[in-house]
Amino acid sequence: MDHLSNYLFIAAVLFSLGVFAVMTRRNGIAVLMGVELMLNAANINFVAFSRFGGMNLDGHIFSLFVIVLAAAEAAVALAIVINIYNNLNTINIDDASELRN
Amino acid sequence: MADLVFWLIAVFTIASALVVVLNNQLLYSAVALLFTLFGVAALYIFLWADFIAGVQLIVYIGGILVLIIFGIMLTNRISSVRLSQTNVQQGIGGVVSIWLMILLGSIISKTSWLENQSVEPIGSTVHDIGILLLTKYLLPFEAVSLLLLGALIGAAVLSREET
Repeated sequence: MDHLSNYLFIAAVLFSLGVFAVMTRRNGIAVLMGVELMLNAANINFVAFSRFGGMNLDGHIFSLFVIVLAAAEAAVALAIVINIYNNLNTINIDDASELRN
Repeated sequence: MADLVFWLIAVFTIASALVVVLNNQLLYSAVALLFTLFGVAALYIFLWADFIAGVQLIVYIGGILVLIIFGIMLTNRISSVRLSQTNVQQGIGGVVSIWLMILLGSIISKTSWLENQSVEPIGSTVHDIGILLLTKYLLPFEAVSLLLLGALIGAAVLSREET
């Protein structure tokens, strides 16, 4: 628990799982959950570097901003998902391709 | 003892993240995400970030997770079996993410990190974070408040009925 690399390993695993969710899931909300996992991994890195860099609180401020941005992103993304559901009656993001043609 | 608790929390976090990614029932994924976020908050406590851990509990679990569950409930007919979802291209996705994991892991283990073993701060970090937010980071703080206002209005406009 007193080594930086332990936290970095956990964050790397969480980030890879988030990437996996974003690549393979086809439900808009499940993709959003993958994005949240990746943001959490980045946050762990920020706080861990802050702790092992002499308890400098700048990393805490950064992760605070990341949490706020994640909240805004989740609100807008869910509004978009619900709009897609109302218009197309599905939340499969592969079907939401009206702009393509 | 503390080491044991740390590794238990790490395994718990990663296992529930696996459930988030692999489970086919969307609601189960959301509940597993709850446990993942709890585990991350516990890791913040290990990193002496008490304020960030509190914010994680309040904003992520109290706000974002509830929003996600609302989204699941609003976009699925509960009576039918549409709550499930499938993963596509699991093979290539798994290969790419495992490759990414190995890449990151080898980079982390090969780098000799500078570890500054500072002493544990006495008392909470809230005081210092508050001072930093209102002096050094005042401009980003105000910008983020404007962004939240924009996101609030944007989400309300996007999700209202067409008139």
